[in-house]
Amino acid sequence: MLNINNLHVKLEEEDKAILKGVSLDVPAGSVHAIMGPNGSGKSTLSYVLSGRDGYEVTAGSATLDGADLLEMDPEERAAAGLFLAFQYPVEIPGVGNMTFLRTALNAQRKAKGMDEISAGDFLKLVREKAKALKIDAEMLKRPVNVGFSGGEKKRNEILQMAVLEPKMCILDETDSGLDVDAMKLVSDGVNALRDAGRSFLVITHYQRLLDHIRPDVVHIMADGRIVKTGGPDLALEVERNGYGDLLAEVG
Amino acid sequence: MMAVAQAKTDALSARLDALDLPRGGFTRAARAEALARLQAMGLPHRRDEYWKYTDPASLIAAEAPAAALFDNGEPPVFDTIDRLRLVFVDGVFDAAASDDPALAGVEICRLAEADAADIHWAKSLYGVLEARGQDPVARPLAALNTVAARDGMLIRATGRAAKPVSLVYLHKSETSDAILHHCVRVEEGAELTLLENGPAAARFNKVLEVDVAAGGRFHHIRAQGRDHERRAVTHCFARVGEGALFKSFTLTANGQLTRNETVIEIVGDRAVAHVAGAALGDGGFGIYHHDDTVFVTHAAEDCESRQVFKKVLKNGATGVFQGKILVKPGAQRTDGYQISQSLLLDEDSQFLAKPELEIYADDVKCSHGSTSGAIDETALFYLRSRGVPAEEARALLVLSFLADAIAEIEDETIQQEITSRLEGWLARRR
Repeated sequence: MLNINNLHVKLEEEDKAILKGVSLDVPAGSVHAIMGPNGSGKSTLSYVLSGRDGYEVTAGSATLDGADLLEMDPEERAAAGLFLAFQYPVEIPGVGNMTFLRTALNAQRKAKGMDEISAGDFLKLVREKAKALKIDAEMLKRPVNVGFSGGEKKRNEILQMAVLEPKMCILDETDSGLDVDAMKLVSDGVNALRDAGRSFLVITHYQRLLDHIRPDVVHIMADGRIVKTGGPDLALEVERNGYGDLLAEVG
Repeated sequence: MMAVAQAKTDALSARLDALDLPRGGFTRAARAEALARLQAMGLPHRRDEYWKYTDPASLIAAEAPAAALFDNGEPPVFDTIDRLRLVFVDGVFDAAASDDPALAGVEICRLAEADAADIHWAKSLYGVLEARGQDPVARPLAALNTVAARDGMLIRATGRAAKPVSLVYLHKSETSDAILHHCVRVEEGAELTLLENGPAAARFNKVLEVDVAAGGRFHHIRAQGRDHERRAVTHCFARVGEGALFKSFTLTANGQLTRNETVIEIVGDRAVAHVAGAALGDGGFGIYHHDDTVFVTHAAEDCESRQVFKKVLKNGATGVFQGKILVKPGAQRTDGYQISQSLLLDEDSQFLAKPELEIYADDVKCSHGSTSGAIDETALFYLRSRGVPAEEARALLVLSFLADAIAEIEDETIQQEITSRLEGWLARRR
């Protein structure tokens, strides 16, 4: 589904290479995790894939079901089925959560040549998805992420994911700032979305999230490259020994 | 200096010569007194400190510069609101186009008719609050209005008004030069919502005097007309009594030149006065210059005032905010707040702000802030990453920016009406 080949990326503003040849293949229905120390380029990868400004791709490619992601605007990538759950979800005062969700859903439907969803159907859809994530009506009414706790913001990201039903979900440090209960809620939300046609790329610094969202494949990223790939055991190895040993081992 | 003073006096002579001044009935003394004040001050000049950021030339010219009519086919603002409509066409009341001015809890009469008599309740108001508002800063165009206005509405709420009173200003002549003067008294414990919308004329000079007695509640929501070439100078002079509430919100989109002055005097303890504005300026249709000038005086204890002004500017538009909070000696436990912000959508537009605090009491909480910024790129990316196209995302962020000002409208239905208008305007612009 997601195919990244020899991706090289530098910062637009300065001549600093961040990704130095990342290759990755995430087939449909699978969950891949990327772990790595701070500054390894994990978040940059998520931003480049979703189309944030400020990065320049100097070589390589990234495709979603064969379509060239790097040629698309962020909204086109979303319509193509890509979703990024932000590490720091953005607060948007004055725009209601429901308005935001409806605008996003209808924009994607329009891009796919579908009619807008009716107000009644939309309300029903959101209520149902919100209930599973323990997001109450009050939270839905409030402006997007304004005054939300860290846990609420992350649950709100998963709610958006559940409503928009992307096929490729990237979770950028979704566990950061979450306590155990919130992590369980968020993970349950993600797990409920797992199916044969949907893939996940879970970016995390710690292994603990992967106890809840069990990956099929774990990649270790360091200095802009994927340096090691393995099964779920690789995450446990990081947990036990830290990144130091592992990085020394791969040189 | 002499040259400037002479220019101001000459401008006044030319302007007065072009006007057919009414003699006035109950307003006669107020008009004479205003004329004397006006002759002492002359008309505003670009060199006046208070007009440093806004050139008054087109507002003081003997003849009104022409303004093309504008009809984009959309229903007028507030069309969905149940209200009593009073229609003015190019500054003249049109009874036939208006609703019957009978409304439970409110007395309404036309200045042009009431002024035939020597006695009227509005005698204690007409030109009186305007005169009080001339100190410490001269406002000659308001004095000119008191001198020259023939028409306007005199509105007195004696109870809770059954529905909003709505002043509808239509612009039908390209060269119209309208002067309107309204007086509003909200009696003790009474409540009134006043709506205003429309461009009024090619050039519009309006004064609104509002006296809110103890425990009274006054809500003012205004949408200034969208004609690209219109010019307007408006003054609202308010006196707010004990435990009373005064709230005013203005939405401005388009217009070549708009200067809205709001002068509030809080005279009763525990009173609340809020004034807010949202302006959308696009210089792409010629000139766009929008000026909010506010002066709030606290002269009583335990009062609260808020000034919340937001401007969205692009294509070389100019936004101005001059806002002052004056806390008089003895006005203890005053809570004063002022914020003026601009969202600059390009580098050609500018926002000029002059916030001022002057405080003569020691137990006071007053703050002010002013910012200028661009669209938040992170928020824009966030919206786009959810599939919202860039232009739609920008429109959402503009609404987000204006939200604090719009939230100053208490009535949810009216707030929704203003928001949906903004959404429509932002959508059509792209």
